[in-house]
Amino acid sequence: MTIEEWLENALRDADRRELPALKPLLEGLAKSTAALRAADWNLDVSGELPETPPEHVR
Amino acid sequence: MSAELGPGSPKPRSGEGGALTPRGGDTLTELSRALQARSITSEFVTERCLEHIARRDPSINAFITVLDEEARAQARAADREIAAGRYRGPLHGVPISLKDLIDLRGTPTSAASRVRRGHVAAHDAVVSARLRAAGAVFVGKTNLHEFALGTTNEDSAYGPVHHPLDPTRSPGGSSGGSAAAILADMCYASIGSDTGGSIRIPAAACGLVGLKPAVGEIPIDGVVPLSRTLDHVGPLCRSVEDAALLHQMLAGVSNPAPITARALKGLRLGIPRAYFFAVLDPEIAARFEEACDRLTTAGASLDEVAFPHAANAPTIYLHVALPEAAACHAKTLERQPEEYTPNVRLRLEMARYILSEDYVRALRGRDVLIREVNAALRGRDGLLLPTVPVPAVKLGATTVSVGTAEEPVRAITLRLTQPFNITGHPAITMPCGRTHEGLPAGAQLVGTETLALLSVACAIEKVLEPS
Repeated sequence: MTIEEWLENALRDADRRELPALKPLLEGLAKSTAALRAADWNLDVSGELPETPPEHVR
Repeated sequence: MSAELGPGSPKPRSGEGGALTPRGGDTLTELSRALQARSITSEFVTERCLEHIARRDPSINAFITVLDEEARAQARAADREIAAGRYRGPLHGVPISLKDLIDLRGTPTSAASRVRRGHVAAHDAVVSARLRAAGAVFVGKTNLHEFALGTTNEDSAYGPVHHPLDPTRSPGGSSGGSAAAILADMCYASIGSDTGGSIRIPAAACGLVGLKPAVGEIPIDGVVPLSRTLDHVGPLCRSVEDAALLHQMLAGVSNPAPITARALKGLRLGIPRAYFFAVLDPEIAARFEEACDRLTTAGASLDEVAFPHAANAPTIYLHVALPEAAACHAKTLERQPEEYTPNVRLRLEMARYILSEDYVRALRGRDVLIREVNAALRGRDGLLLPTVPVPAVKLGATTVSVGTAEEPVRAITLRLTQPFNITGHPAITMPCGRTHEGLPAGAQLVGTETLALLSVACAIEKVLEPS
């Protein structure tokens, strides 16, 4: 689910639940989640996998 | 001041303190030595704490439950045991308080919420049992931000806590009642919890010492959860020596060793400036730089370190802490949502929209931050940075001015502490001077292992804030 789709669904749900005060929080959360998904540590099976530091090799 | 008590001497009467008369600001360790020497009685100091609560708490609101009769009985029992030669150790007869999310057998654990109305703890939390076995006197349960989900203590079913130095300000949170109670001489120490900074933030705002131990070191059984992988239990108190003593008792050490200060000369401390100094009140920054100068003069070696992903800490924290909190609150959010304070309810409702895939991304980010903090600590005795970027904030404020910018109170107060909840490293805040308005500033020391951290903290405590 893209951030845009997620936010659209969440805002609609907040309306349905009659929680309009939740909407600005969800919009802020969407920005934070977008930053999280853009981080360089995320795994993506379509390309090169990040190198695991030696101390984390089991 | 009356003469020192000898064996068989009558105990001091009310208003008669013995060789050590509580003058306000005594440390737990100072009191403990006097109690062991029988130059003061637990009954006397407990009564003094209860008097302070009766006189000052109506305007401060630090306590949710005051255990006056129970405390008096515990104090009398401690005096009898000490007089009979059955001294249990350095907490015997010492009046302390517990944040009201820690179970204490036979008393309510409210978590400052109407959601838990009617609850009475059937058992002690592990930490309460250890303190009870050590002979501590419980004077009461302290106010907090509801369910520890906030940094100002304003959202509490029992009303806000007011800063003892300025009632228009927050003492910080979420363990704000604990910090205010110590500062107002209502107890000698308090046990709090820290999920994003909830021990260190109020300790810094009130000019106290606050320790978040390493993750997993102190049992959290019997403590109302916020985020089980980020929750820590630890002490708020007046000195590093007190923190070391309490930490060992909480960890289950029955005969704690006195902490030995490291030599200042040759101490190697890293200063993480990037990100951590980007948003800092000018007076907090000035007090910190002055302390760094004094440390350098005293022979410590300070150099700059960096965590490349430090700026990701808030988003990692949000995506770990909130889903874990939502899991604990799902049932009550559905059954009794109106019993939460409005702001806390909204944050928990927001938490329920976070996707599991984003929680997993955040956990991976946590591993990255752990590696970066470990790397920064390699070859160094600790990392030193301000604890909170701003002094105690005004009650009711949603933003605070930092230089020319307006910053949200919640984000700015968590900014420097939450990274070390994510990584699990032990961190301690110590007083580091005051602003021109007399509001305390704090400096935070981060380490690899808690007892080693305390030895370094013991060495630098007096340099950070010379008396």
